Amino acid sequence: MFKFVFRRSTQSIGAIIALLVLVFFLARLTGDPAYLYLPLDSTDAQRQAFNALHGYDDPIYVQFFRYLGDLTQLDFGMALSRNRPAMEVALEAFPETLKLAAIAMALALVAALVVGSLAAARPGGLFDRLATTSSLAGASAPDFWVAIVAILIFAVSLGVLPTSGTGTALHWVMPIGVLMLRPFGLLTQVVRGSMVGVLSQPYIKTARAKGVGRRRIIFVHALRNALLPVITVAGDLTASLVNGAVVVETIFGWPGIGKLMIDAIVQRDFALIQSTILITAIAIFLMNILIDLIYAAVDPRIRHQQA
Amino acid sequence: MNTPQPLLTVENLTVDFHAASGAFRAVDDVTFHVDSGETLVILGESGSGKSVSASAVMGLIDTPPGEIVSGRISYRGTDVTRMSEDKRLAFNGSKVAIIFQDPLSHLNPVYTVGWQLAETYEVHGKARGAEARRLSIEALRRVGIPDPESRIDWYPHQFSGGQRQRIMIGMAIALGPELLIADEPTTALDVSVQAQILDLLKELQREEGLAIVMITHDLEVAANMADRVIVMNAGKIVEQGIAKDVFADPQHAYTKRLMSALPDEADYRDGKSSGESEPILEVRDLSKTFLLSPGLLRPPKSLRAVDSVNFDLKAGETLGIVGESGSGKSTIAKMLLRLTDATSGEALFHGKDIFRMNPKELMKFRRRVQMVFQDPFSSMNPRMSVFSIISEPWSIHSDILEKSRWRERVIELLGLVGLRAEHADRFPHQFSGGQRQRIAIARALACDPELIICDEAVSALDVSIQMQIIDLLADLRDRLGLAYIFITHDLPIVRGFADRILVMQSGQTVELQRTEEIFRRPQRPYTQMLINASPRPKWEQSNAAHA
Repeated sequence: MFKFVFRRSTQSIGAIIALLVLVFFLARLTGDPAYLYLPLDSTDAQRQAFNALHGYDDPIYVQFFRYLGDLTQLDFGMALSRNRPAMEVALEAFPETLKLAAIAMALALVAALVVGSLAAARPGGLFDRLATTSSLAGASAPDFWVAIVAILIFAVSLGVLPTSGTGTALHWVMPIGVLMLRPFGLLTQVVRGSMVGVLSQPYIKTARAKGVGRRRIIFVHALRNALLPVITVAGDLTASLVNGAVVVETIFGWPGIGKLMIDAIVQRDFALIQSTILITAIAIFLMNILIDLIYAAVDPRIRHQQA
Repeated sequence: MNTPQPLLTVENLTVDFHAASGAFRAVDDVTFHVDSGETLVILGESGSGKSVSASAVMGLIDTPPGEIVSGRISYRGTDVTRMSEDKRLAFNGSKVAIIFQDPLSHLNPVYTVGWQLAETYEVHGKARGAEARRLSIEALRRVGIPDPESRIDWYPHQFSGGQRQRIMIGMAIALGPELLIADEPTTALDVSVQAQILDLLKELQREEGLAIVMITHDLEVAANMADRVIVMNAGKIVEQGIAKDVFADPQHAYTKRLMSALPDEADYRDGKSSGESEPILEVRDLSKTFLLSPGLLRPPKSLRAVDSVNFDLKAGETLGIVGESGSGKSTIAKMLLRLTDATSGEALFHGKDIFRMNPKELMKFRRRVQMVFQDPFSSMNPRMSVFSIISEPWSIHSDILEKSRWRERVIELLGLVGLRAEHADRFPHQFSGGQRQRIAIARALACDPELIICDEAVSALDVSIQMQIIDLLADLRDRLGLAYIFITHDLPIVRGFADRILVMQSGQTVELQRTEEIFRRPQRPYTQMLINASPRPKWEQSNAAHA
């Protein structure tokens, strides 16, 4: 297992380095930060002094190697916009996103497992048709639109939930509700499809012949077999939740990494852009290893192939 | 002797399956009974309704699409088709149990066999926890799984096919049912394993007084197990009676045809074609080694799937390669077709080594050598019509035939394999297994090959169809001068067909001889075992036992 994790790590480190290179150069396409940070009437000389201070006057490849050199010392640079170490800022925001994503994902997954399994138990039945329609709607509704409509209904008209920000438990309701909509829709469809396939497998017939009850067949015999494609999709979705929280965090003013990333791009804060992306990349990499480990835990055949 | 109430009675059972195209009557007014402790064999080919009748007893017919239209199934006088869900759950497994054809797909892959065995005790409230585990170990020991204390924590995929079927049997008899339904229990197993499983069933029957309903298409298995036999065809019972009488003197035309499908003492063909001619194929020291994925702490292991095999083949000659699963026989076919690389050795086709051909030579070679696979269901693209399947080689090898003559030639080829012109525009799923295998043969013939490699080409077919396909192959051989490499696990089937036979075991050559020599004077015990592996009829066994 360690060997496996090690192999995956080495593969991923290459990908992360490539990503850092890309982000480093792309970030610099956003424009000259001096125009943002100095007053509008600042002179060319002042701007040059600003760039010299932050090393932006060096040729870009020199900047890049300096950045790599700093990285090896775990120096991720200063966040221009906040005058604090960039990584420190990013690490403060990340748990906020993680909490949001983890709760949304956990709720979506549990709901999808129950709804998808029950829908698959009687394909074509009333519950199945309801579940299929609602999950399709959930999967295809654009989250920014749902978020705005939700604010309009629950915050503006009814006044039962706060429009944005953090603080009370009520602040969590709308961001999580909007964030879990898409994963719930997609996962329900995957669970249902996978489950319909598994329920027609010969070993389900064996269980029936043994006298195993219907509920136990669905949730014990079939569900674990049906989990594999669900895990794959759930893993991808979790990764995209960490990233995709950008829209939801921005709309609800949630102080997470997605909002921070957008702010950093708008403010041409190169070190902060790089740090936020590095953190999410590492999170996605860890997520993928976790998925592979869960795979092996669920299916002994995979475990024995690796062993 | 008075006649006590039978254990199980099936009266006027009729089962329909509803599909978009209309209802299909799978079982049509079937009546039979099973007495305690006896073995009733339901004999029939695929689609005869034999499995559906048995599934109905266990309530395993999916409704919809299935529907029990009429009839009664009573177990000790209680009608089981009208049981409540709770009663059904208590009944299944404890009174009647079932085992199936393919034990791997019928065991849940993600739970240990111990978990699955213990569950049987637990859902019926017979035992739980440590006690259930102890009983499960006992059950595994009972069916002859070695070292059950540790194997109980293994997963189904870690066992061999025969062991998995033993586990299925162990699970079935765990609660001491009175009736065991065995649905083609040995069809997926090697012949040597088949005999062991049949013996195990008989032993359990003797010890527990178990009644067995055995469903099979295999006449020899039927004769080996049956006290009484029912013959089914197209959903109806066409004949029933004491097994010995039915086998000795079949009354119904269908039964007679089935019985005549047994490979008989046909004339040997060997020597007829192997004249002086040069061999077209010479295989020298052919070997294939598979590297098994290394473990965490163990060194990587290798498996010698084919180990220095030598043979040659003359034009128009038929070589049978016979062996059980894992003998390496299919690997040879794959190497000869360059579907997998050989580890070492050479195979000279008209003097040229197949493994060292350049792409152009290989293209030419592939025209001369064709393949017919085991499974006619998965080896054809379901979205291609028969016409496109057969004519596809001509678009690859563009110089064979101009496009304007394709249809004419496809129809000619279909005629050659016993199909009709209008079949050209249909799709694979509209054909039976035997017909599909005919299509596969027509496709193979499209390039005018000199050699066709048949890998278990008839194994997936019903017995009566098997002989038809072999007769067709023999007929084509004589008309077109084809050579065959015919790979099979079933030695008797090639008796009247092959000139020479190569017997293989664990990748090695056991014996390579003319067919008559193999059958008359087998040199090696393994060959002998394969020849005699067909189970003997029950009435002959009991004579032997008393003698």
